[in-house]
Parts: sequence; structure tokens; C-alpha cells
Amino acid sequence: MKTFAELNFPGRLIAVEGLDGSGKSTQIYLLKRWLEAEGIKVYFSEWNSSELVKSATSKGKKRELLTPTTFSLIHATDFADRYERHLLPLLRAGYVVLCDRYIFTAFARDVTRGCPPDWVRGLYNFAAQPDLTFFFKADLEVSLQRILDGRPKLKFFEAGMDLRLSTDPYESFRIFQGRILEQYMAMSGEFKFMVMDANQHVEKQQALVRKLIAEKIDLKKFKRRSPLPLPPAVQPDAKTVETGEEVTA
Amino acid sequence: MKNSTGKKISRRFYGHGIPGVKPEDLAGKLIVVEGADGSGRSTQIARLVEWLETCGHATVQVGLKRSTLVSEELDKAQAGNILSRSTLSLFYATDFADQLENTMLPALRAGFIVLADRYIYTLMARDMVRGMNSAWLKNLYGIALEPDAVFYLSVEAQELVQRNLAKSATLDYWESGMDLGLSRDVFDSFLKYQTAMQMAFRQLQKTYGFTIMDGNRSVDSVTKELRKKIGALLAGE
Repeated sequence: MKTFAELNFPGRLIAVEGLDGSGKSTQIYLLKRWLEAEGIKVYFSEWNSSELVKSATSKGKKRELLTPTTFSLIHATDFADRYERHLLPLLRAGYVVLCDRYIFTAFARDVTRGCPPDWVRGLYNFAAQPDLTFFFKADLEVSLQRILDGRPKLKFFEAGMDLRLSTDPYESFRIFQGRILEQYMAMSGEFKFMVMDANQHVEKQQALVRKLIAEKIDLKKFKRRSPLPLPPAVQPDAKTVETGEEVTA
Repeated sequence: MKNSTGKKISRRFYGHGIPGVKPEDLAGKLIVVEGADGSGRSTQIARLVEWLETCGHATVQVGLKRSTLVSEELDKAQAGNILSRSTLSLFYATDFADQLENTMLPALRAGFIVLADRYIYTLMARDMVRGMNSAWLKNLYGIALEPDAVFYLSVEAQELVQRNLAKSATLDYWESGMDLGLSRDVFDSFLKYQTAMQMAFRQLQKTYGFTIMDGNRSVDSVTKELRKKIGALLAGE
């Protein structure tokens, strides 16, 4: 499979992958802020976010209707919708597209759920490879702790409860995430993941991400023709100023 | 399904199937009726159900876009015509998989006769006509169970026009393949699209070996032939 650059797309796609709690979403957000500030044409797309498909997915999850097969297919549908309607046109228009999770999430999760690897990869073979894929690798315990600290109640599918690994959601989540991590690591070389040490400080990781991207992608080619005009300054009305709390820049 | 020596071939999935499901546990029968809108498909299935139930067989019916999971969303997507090819294809596959796992397989396990008003072949034919890769489709539908019998009611495109207009005085947007831009005229587009669909079905027939039946005949004569063939199947001939 070829990358977008190899397929002569004017745009570039950068993907981040990792377990829940690996800090990848924070990193891609900071990356987006940086690229925007540099005047780069940038678009951000998140796994499982196509408007139409999402309602079916959330219904399936809420009512626990999903099997490994339908779980896999509905996520593929969601991905295809975003891919065909947003990613492809934007990449043809010379955007830098940032994806929080890409096809590798399906490769890791669906296979962990028991779908055959060849079948899952076949479903997604209409998608080109990212030009860069960052894999945020945190110690399993660190990822688990971040999730468990923030959201004490684990959702059914998120915890892999459908796999009947354990009747305890926390135990199930640990086993499930551990297996997903194994799947990720097994494909890391094949798909040239740039493995980031996600146990490091956020700032350190971000500095490295930016450095690596600047080395691999000639960013000035992706600039908007003219810098984005700043929004007109809004005059705060008197009342807000009087009663409002202190505002920091 | 039988092979050339008449020996019964055991039940199988087209590909890897559904994880954890053993085909040999599926004691019932899966009978598929395929054909365009206006081919008499639904009429024949209704008659088959009545006949089979009178004979004491428990039946279950499935069809396209009837899943709990995505049928609503799929309808919405089609109404707006906003989905691209792979997306629509995968959406239909999700709908199919949901019914396969939640309706067809449990019914077959319990020994029911499952009557499918269209199956994966329509879905594949539609995608083939739209230029989708057939290897991709074959992999996608590797989840499907091989039916015990598939009857394709073949009706001339001209005859389909007459039947559809007589029934609803209009030609359906999708059944006319209007999304393909074959013609801006819905009548022309319908004829072209249905002819292309028939070609796709004939191509699929070579791989999947289903029975092509002449659907241009009277309803009764098609029913008679279907009963004869299904009767033989149930008798284990």
C-alpha cells in the first residue's frame, strides 16, 4: 500500500495512534495549533465521528447490539464516509490532514475482538497509507491509570466487555488494552510507526513531533496563499467589564 | 447445495464467516429469492411463506435494510444521497451482518426456514455496476453463509418498467441507477441500469451458481416452479 505522497496527492496525511490514555489526542491537538499558527492549511479528523454513521454506532453501543463483525463494519463505514467525503478532497486540495486514529486502530481492535486480520485489512484496502504515523507508546499501567483516573465508569465496548474476558470491567479493560497494545506493536514495523515515548512530558513529546514533521514534510508548500485575517476585535460592553471576572490572556 | 455426484456438501460460509459460529450447527434452510423491483420477488416470498407454514415449516423472513442497527440511518443517507460508494457499500454490509447474526443464524440454529428477500448478490451487483473492486466485495461478504438455494427472477428491463409504473406510477431513483449519471432521463436510465444489473447477476451466477428463473411468466407459473424446486430441496433430493 502506498502513502498519499507516493500517490502524488498534493496534501499529506499525518496519523496518531495509541491506546486510550496514551496522550495522543493532546499531542495531535497541539500539533494542529502549531500548524495553524504557521499558516498551514490543516484539517483534523477524529475516529468514529461521521455524523450520519455515528447515530447508528452509538445506538449499537448503548443497546449492546454490536458483535465483533458489526462493530468492525460500522467503524469501517464511518471511516469510509470521512475518507471519501472529507479526507480525499482535502488531500487533493493540498491540505495537511491530521487523523486521531486511522485504519491501524481497526486492525488492532477488530483483530483483538476475533475478526480475521486478512478480512479487516481487506475492508480498509481502499485507504492509502499515512505519510507519517506516530504511535504513542505509554506503559500499559500509565495509560490505564490516566483513563481510570479521569472516567471511573468504563463503557461496555470500551472495556472490551463483549469479549467476556472478565466480569469486572476494570480487569476486562486491562486485559483488552494489553492485547490491543500487542497487536499495535506487531504491526509497528510493517507500517513504519514512529514510536514515541508517551511516558515523557507533554512538551518534550510535542517538541519532538514538531521536529520530526518539519524534517519529513516541507511545510511551506502547504501554506495558505495569504495569512488568515484576524477576526475583528470585539468591544466588550460596559456591563461585562464591570461584573465580569478577571480575564487572562 | 449438492456437488456433481449428488452428494450433499456440508454447510459453509463463503469466507471466514462469523467468528465462533460453526456452520454444522445451522440445521435450518436458507432460501434466497433475488431479482429487481417488479420481478415478483416479494409476491413469491409471501406465497412461499404461506405454503411452507401450511406444510408445518417454521419460517423467518429477512431482507435488505431491515436491521435494528442501521436501517433508519441507511434510509436517511439514501434519501439525502450523500454517501459515497464505499460508504454506502459498507453501510449495507453492516445492515446485512446485523440481520445475519441476530436473525438468520439463530433461526437456522433452531431449524427454521429462512427466506431472504434479496441477499448479498444484489448488494454485490449494485456495487459492481458502480465500478467497485470485485475482490474487495468478495472479501467483504466472506461473512455470508452459503444459502441452500438461490433463485434469481430474471425479468426483461422493458417488462420491469411496465410493472413498476403499473404499481406506483413512478420509477425509483435508486432502482433507476440515477446516481450513476447514465442518463438524465429516468426512463432511459432505468433501462440502462437494469440491463447492467442483469449482466452483473449473470457474472455473479458463474461464481455463486444460483438458479436463474424466467420471471417474465405469470405469477402462478413461477410459484409452481419454486414450490417444485423447494419441495425437492426439503425432501433432501
